[in-house]
Amino acid sequence: MRTIRFILEKEFRQVFRDPAILRMMFIMPIIQLVILPLTANYEVKNVQLAIVDHDKSTYTRQLIQKAAATGYFIIPGSFEAYADAMELVEHDKADIILEIPAGFERSLVKEDQAQVFMAVNAINGAKANIGAAYLNQLIREFNQDIRLRWIQIPRSGMQPTIQTEQRFWFNMHMNYQQFMVPGILVILLTMVGAFLSALNIVKEKEVGTIEQINVTPIKKHHFILGKLIPFWLMGLIVLTLGLTIARLVYGIVPAGNIAVIYAFSAVYLLAVLGLGLLVSTFAQTQQQAMLISFFLMMVFILLGGLYTSIDSMPDWAQWLTKFNPVTYFIEVMRMVVLKGSRLQDILPQLGKVAVFAVVLNAWAIFSYRKRA
Amino acid sequence: MEHKYTITADQLTKQFGDFIAVDHISFAVQQGEIFGFLGANGAGKTTAMRMLCGLSLPSSGKATVAGYDVFTQTEQIKQSIGYMSQKFSLYEDLTVTENMRFYGGIYGMRIAAIKDRAKEILAQLHLQGEKDTLVKSLPLGWKQKLAFSVAMFHRPGIVFLDEPTGGVDPITRREFWEMIYAAAAAGTTIFVTTHYMDEAEYCNRVSIMVDGQIAAMDTPAGLKKQFATDSMETVFLQLARKAVRTE
Repeated sequence: MRTIRFILEKEFRQVFRDPAILRMMFIMPIIQLVILPLTANYEVKNVQLAIVDHDKSTYTRQLIQKAAATGYFIIPGSFEAYADAMELVEHDKADIILEIPAGFERSLVKEDQAQVFMAVNAINGAKANIGAAYLNQLIREFNQDIRLRWIQIPRSGMQPTIQTEQRFWFNMHMNYQQFMVPGILVILLTMVGAFLSALNIVKEKEVGTIEQINVTPIKKHHFILGKLIPFWLMGLIVLTLGLTIARLVYGIVPAGNIAVIYAFSAVYLLAVLGLGLLVSTFAQTQQQAMLISFFLMMVFILLGGLYTSIDSMPDWAQWLTKFNPVTYFIEVMRMVVLKGSRLQDILPQLGKVAVFAVVLNAWAIFSYRKRA
Repeated sequence: MEHKYTITADQLTKQFGDFIAVDHISFAVQQGEIFGFLGANGAGKTTAMRMLCGLSLPSSGKATVAGYDVFTQTEQIKQSIGYMSQKFSLYEDLTVTENMRFYGGIYGMRIAAIKDRAKEILAQLHLQGEKDTLVKSLPLGWKQKLAFSVAMFHRPGIVFLDEPTGGVDPITRREFWEMIYAAAAAGTTIFVTTHYMDEAEYCNRVSIMVDGQIAAMDTPAGLKKQFATDSMETVFLQLARKAVRTE
């Protein structure tokens, strides 16, 4: 145990003398948490809607006004021909074309039905999808308004309409920040943990000090523990910083007990640090370690359920996410922050992450060789 | 109890795939001896030394260091030796004192002992004024002397030096060798590799490796006699030119 004390002393001195590490620890979390949640938003605004109005009637004017009034659409102009609007789409200046045929108003009034044509630019999938859905809903509402105006007095035979009232549980206003900030905090903790630990041992390899360490009677697990503990503490500091920012900037106060978050993070960090250490035992240079870590991070983040819902992934990908510690942490964070889950609710995730921690660290100790 | 020979190697071999880096070498080094280990680049010096230090697992043969077996007792060996690698390997972002404290600590020395030893070494090196200086801001010559002192910090019986004076000016090299002599006089066995022939002259005994094998081994005077010349340089060149493999 005395040995560990000397190793820790050395590691802490080195960390606090390295401005790059301190920057990574403090500035990166602040920037990521302050800027990313503002941009990571599923709400689509500023959909460019090009309108080709062949009818130019009162109704079409009303429809266009209604679209403009929602605030979701920007209308770059009305076009005489579909081809003109299409040119805008080709230059990526329009997302949706709405073509209203001549005689729209007349057929709506006389025949009780009319058709419009919608063309969607699917280059930006999310925007196209959601924009089209908005427009559909808008037209449906417009349709409803007209029917109400024409059929002034309800009579028998009028089509009944069903209205849906929605309520979002656990995040009442569907506030994306409530949803994203805990997730981004997870990514942050994962990156800080994995990168710092991976780069650290590899740096000793590059500089050559690892050889001097290997020629001492130091125990492997002492050495690894000496590396693990400082980064583990730093991870918890980053978490604290993140939770503080979440509270001050976004007013996010976890619905659950904050101690549950710390308990889970403590175990989770061990898993992530173990992964970093494992990478460092395989990589020979910091470049290699960086590339391997980046690759793993990309996979973990994209399969982690932060940006996309795991339930909508294909089966094989859903199966893969079971081997992704990030998935569990994002789940737990959202459960505790939004739903107020307690320790017993997150025990399954905690157990799985604990297995990751044990396996990865054991593997790292095993594959760290003092003798080639 | 006294080991007459503190390092022994018997048919020690290291093979990497088809490449035999160290090819059945045998020798024995006495306690307190300065044993020079010479050879061209790629002759296998460093590999041989790494096997003896427990950094590299031998493919075959036998060897003991401080009476411990290099196959099975590497951790005991490591406690008994000091090692200075070719690459400078103190922590540049720690101060002189912090480096000593760290290495003293992981060899299991007590805090008080570490402090005394650090004081003693700082005095020897005349580095008292620089004890809180980061190692990276010391000149190379001082760094090398410091690295040697740190390798000697836990008072090992044997110290392995891998080209300790590479890139160092002649005055510092001279001082370095004075330190080596002092350590040997105090009973420490010195196992040193070098490319400088004047340094070879300082050794009690010299072995010259060619292509993984020991081509000659004797006192410097004996080698010069054997090759009928008055300079170690000629001895070395005659042997090293026979080398088939290049680095």
